[in-house]
Amino acid sequence: MAEAYFPVGPGLGTEENFLSLDDILMSQEKLPGRAESALPRLAVLLGQSAGSAESIPEGSKLEIPLWLAKGLHDSKRRIISVELPKIYKEAWRTVFSADANVVDLHKMGPYYYGFGSQLLNFENPENPEIAQTDSVCSLQTFIARFRRIMDSSQNAYNEDTSALVARLDQLERALFQVGQKGLNDFQCWEKGQASQITASSLVQNYGKRKITDVDG
Amino acid sequence: SEAKAGRTDLIFLIRFRHCCLLRNQRCLLAYLYDRLLRIRALRWEYGSVLPNAIQFHMSAEEVEWFNRYKKSLATYMRSVGGEEGLDLTQDIKPPKSLYIEVRCLKDHGEFEVDDGTTILLKKNSQHFLPRWKCEQLIRQGVLEHVLN
Repeated sequence: MAEAYFPVGPGLGTEENFLSLDDILMSQEKLPGRAESALPRLAVLLGQSAGSAESIPEGSKLEIPLWLAKGLHDSKRRIISVELPKIYKEAWRTVFSADANVVDLHKMGPYYYGFGSQLLNFENPENPEIAQTDSVCSLQTFIARFRRIMDSSQNAYNEDTSALVARLDQLERALFQVGQKGLNDFQCWEKGQASQITASSLVQNYGKRKITDVDG
Repeated sequence: SEAKAGRTDLIFLIRFRHCCLLRNQRCLLAYLYDRLLRIRALRWEYGSVLPNAIQFHMSAEEVEWFNRYKKSLATYMRSVGGEEGLDLTQDIKPPKSLYIEVRCLKDHGEFEVDDGTTILLKKNSQHFLPRWKCEQLIRQGVLEHVLN
């Protein structure tokens, strides 16, 4: 309780929150794409070659971060076109429908759900169905995993939860933490500690880190 | 100047550079905004005077922001709850008693109680003090609230 720091949370759906640190980290994740026209002088920036001032030929494959893909993308696809990363494609969808609880979503890109929602921004006229089935699949995966997350967060009191949390992506981890906090608050109330005034955690953190003075 | 000469293939480069600039701007703004949110939280969790160690790391603009926020909050608190105003930063958890048992976590020197007597706050000493006087010191980590 008595926590007064409320950071900006991630955005919902296809819109990111501009000031959200979570969304900034999420949009740093890379997407596979394809150059639609020759891109002069970009070779050095995108790490394609050790030379200088070379242009990337048309049609070559690129891995670019989401923020760049969103900025360079337009419906006529003059500069780049993007494709779905493989974890959002058919092959993985069958894995998810088999048993969603087994998949290590943290390894699949720690922002599986957030990133997936952002992919809906890129309209792909060849496969208009993909966006639809994509979101449905994400949703079903989430529903399948949610039960276990909720159960474990409400029943793991004062334990090391790293094993439980290791395979969850960021959204699921946030949910897990909310559940844990609720559990801890309740236990604290049951023990009669709810009325105890505590030092704020901000203060405790500042105390632990030695803030060294800079000379001159 | 190459763009002015009509080379359309460089439009892409301009767009790319613009994306990068926007990205940098976004990262900077989010960082500064997060700092402000933490500074604001400090007013509520720590009190109206920040320790030197923290103030040292704040920019002049942030210090000014903190002062203005303090002032706004004080004005608001004074306008609420009748003549004396209402200190919203007190009693964040519902109080159970007027006096509480506290233990001192670090040496804090002398402390004056309402009836004029002073108490020496030495590490590990325990005292029975009015709640409203200790609340801030507990939040700052100087005292510890002891339950029976």
